[in-house]
Amino acid sequence: MLRYTLLRLLGAIPTLLLVIVLAFLMVHAAPGGPFDDERALPAEVAEKIEEAYHLDEPLPQQFMRYLSGLVRGDLGPSYGYRDRTVDEVIGFGFPVSLQLGALAMLLALVVGVGCGTVAALRQDSLLDRAVMAFAMTGISIPVFVVAPVLVLLLAVKLQWLPAGWSGETGAARYFLPVITLALPQIAYIARLTRASMIDVLSSDFIRTARAQGLGTKAIIRHHALKPAMLPVLSYMGPAIAAILTGSVVVEEVFGIPGLGQFFVRAALNRDYTLVLGIVIFYAALIILLNLIVDILYGVIDPRVRQR
Amino acid sequence: MKPIRLWLLLSAFLALAACGNSNDAGQSSSVLNRGLVTEPETLDVHKARSLQAAAVQRDIGEGLVGYSASGELAAAAAERWEVSDDGLIYTFHLRRDARWSNGDSVTAGHFVFAVQRLVDPATAAFYAQFLSDVAEIEAVDDHTLRVELKRVTPYLLKLLTHPATFPVHPGSLAEHGDSFARPGRLLSNGAYVLAEWIPGSVLILTRNEHYWNNENTAIDEVRHHIITQETTELARYRTGEIDITDSVPPDSFPQVKKELGDQLHVSPQLNIYYYGYNLTQPPFRDSPELRQALSMAIDREQLVEKVMGRGETAAYSWVPPGVDNYTPTVFSYASLTQEERNKIAQSLYREAGYSEEQPLQLELRYNTNDTHRRVAVAVQSMWREVLGAEVTLINEEFQVLLANMRARQVTQVFRASWIGDYNDAHTFLSILQSDNEANTPGYSNAEYDALMRQAAEQTDLDRRRLYLEEAERVMLADHPAIPIYFYVSKHLVSPQVEGWRDNVLDYHYSQHLSLKAAE
Repeated sequence: MLRYTLLRLLGAIPTLLLVIVLAFLMVHAAPGGPFDDERALPAEVAEKIEEAYHLDEPLPQQFMRYLSGLVRGDLGPSYGYRDRTVDEVIGFGFPVSLQLGALAMLLALVVGVGCGTVAALRQDSLLDRAVMAFAMTGISIPVFVVAPVLVLLLAVKLQWLPAGWSGETGAARYFLPVITLALPQIAYIARLTRASMIDVLSSDFIRTARAQGLGTKAIIRHHALKPAMLPVLSYMGPAIAAILTGSVVVEEVFGIPGLGQFFVRAALNRDYTLVLGIVIFYAALIILLNLIVDILYGVIDPRVRQR
Repeated sequence: MKPIRLWLLLSAFLALAACGNSNDAGQSSSVLNRGLVTEPETLDVHKARSLQAAAVQRDIGEGLVGYSASGELAAAAAERWEVSDDGLIYTFHLRRDARWSNGDSVTAGHFVFAVQRLVDPATAAFYAQFLSDVAEIEAVDDHTLRVELKRVTPYLLKLLTHPATFPVHPGSLAEHGDSFARPGRLLSNGAYVLAEWIPGSVLILTRNEHYWNNENTAIDEVRHHIITQETTELARYRTGEIDITDSVPPDSFPQVKKELGDQLHVSPQLNIYYYGYNLTQPPFRDSPELRQALSMAIDREQLVEKVMGRGETAAYSWVPPGVDNYTPTVFSYASLTQEERNKIAQSLYREAGYSEEQPLQLELRYNTNDTHRRVAVAVQSMWREVLGAEVTLINEEFQVLLANMRARQVTQVFRASWIGDYNDAHTFLSILQSDNEANTPGYSNAEYDALMRQAAEQTDLDRRRLYLEEAERVMLADHPAIPIYFYVSKHLVSPQVEGWRDNVLDYHYSQHLSLKAAE
């Protein structure tokens, strides 16, 4: 297991390197500089700025400088925030996104698996159809539509929840963003769970368990849930990626100071270093999370371990 | 999992949220919540450049001169000043009770120190040339500042209200270096202190107990919320989370006007929206007829009413109305009806060598934005209907458009705008001087440059004004660009807020505002 983990970690290095090179080249290929404005800078000042940020050096030299910083965990200064470093901005934004993402994931799992199981048990009932209709809607409506509708309904009309983030202190501010972010995942997980649960419930070992006189509750809890969870677990990798990208929209709509929002702003402001830093950070994160999912897969399913 | 347990979990979640809400209720001090459409890049007065940074800086800092709530010049860190007869030497007398937020006196030396840092190339200040009219600045004593000018600069006092000219505490800079402007470090000499800055979220300012006018500052805490989505800002205004919005979303404007009309403030601004021509390439280089034809064929009234519809005014001049001591020169055709204009435009178009068989083919570039797109589509159809020109619309990312504008290779007609830095015609007219870096059309007319130079030599304000007005007339006749409309500022201001005055600069110092006592 350890050997496997280490191998997978080593295998991630070329992938990451490729991401770094591509991102670096793409960001620098985009026309226009980070300090361009309708109000042109005096030539002398523009030169000083380019010098300070090493933009006057040839590209390969800039890349090597960047890479050597990266090895030391230094992602350089932000071009957008003139007195902050990229490390600091990520340090600010990531915990917020993590909180949001983790809560959304938790909600999606609990509600999704719950709904899916209930639907599977009452297959073809009215409840099943209602859950699946809800799931279909959840999958089809994009986040940028759901968010404003929820805001209009729950914040503006009913005034139950705040419409924004900044200046709010309570847990209330988590509600709308977390629900918005979790909704499509709830839907997807519910569908996955239902399908896989129906499959598992009709298998031989469940029939045996029933024959031994076990109740439905016990069968679900002790026998059916674990194998039924396998497709859900393998969906976790894509789900996390979806939540990360979804959070870009959600953070923008609710004004949440997470990594996604910084990413969008940085791209629009041509904040080279911040864009690069976040891309690399995200890439590393997704690689790592996929690895964890793979390892968990082995833990939950002995068949994988034996292979 | 049983559904019951799910409900338990969700209700726990709800209960948690409810607790959070009740925490907010216990505020006794007055808090003003303002929206800010983009985040300040820094609060370092020499490194910031955005309007939003300046808005926050005006709350936490103070120059020699400031503005009243309604936008008139007012004494600030300097309590009075004298001007020499030739207009070249200003002597400022600083307030004895002007203090930094750590209690230190604000001295003339701090202003000198700040100006030195501003112009030092190593600082790389965006406004490095802002005070290029100043020859020398000297601290006569701790409370007297002498400013000697290279040439008469009637708008000097207005420049001195800009955050780029605010003082900097030398000790703080020595201690913290370039990161002196962070919360907890930044010393302010204005009404508020930067208490906290959550990047991407909010800047929290608290009362500066050492401020000389603290007694007359009503609001205890100001929160500038960074809300880049205008629709989010509107939603937060409607829920009462925001007292003053930075903008109003274009699509919601009619609805807002209907529902919240009494809270909506629309006011003219010193800001022009224009289409520039690339004057260095054909077809516009040698064809003033064509330039004039295109300009005349735009039905501006229709545009501001039907396409914009947010109170913008049609532009027939380069300098916006409302500029101090100036009457903008307008196009000679401004008094004609649009039909009459169209007829002249058509004959000019033919004069320039185009016809139905040989229509003008043109590319119109604008930066990706819904408003710009709508204006461009309208202009495209006006040019097609009136002249028969075939216009291709190209939208580009702002930075890309900017790079293209500067390169003057592929551009033909492009969208641009200019925001006045100070309330004077000079801030608009100077950008079309041939040596100005912001001269995006590449306009160059010796007569115009000479008139601008002569205007700069005048000590008499009325004579200066005549030169500037004549310069504008000469320039407009050349049609280097198409003025389209003048912007308006748009804010929603809660009925709780008192002391708000609309003004052309769109400056609204928090210290001039107060909140009605909550019922």
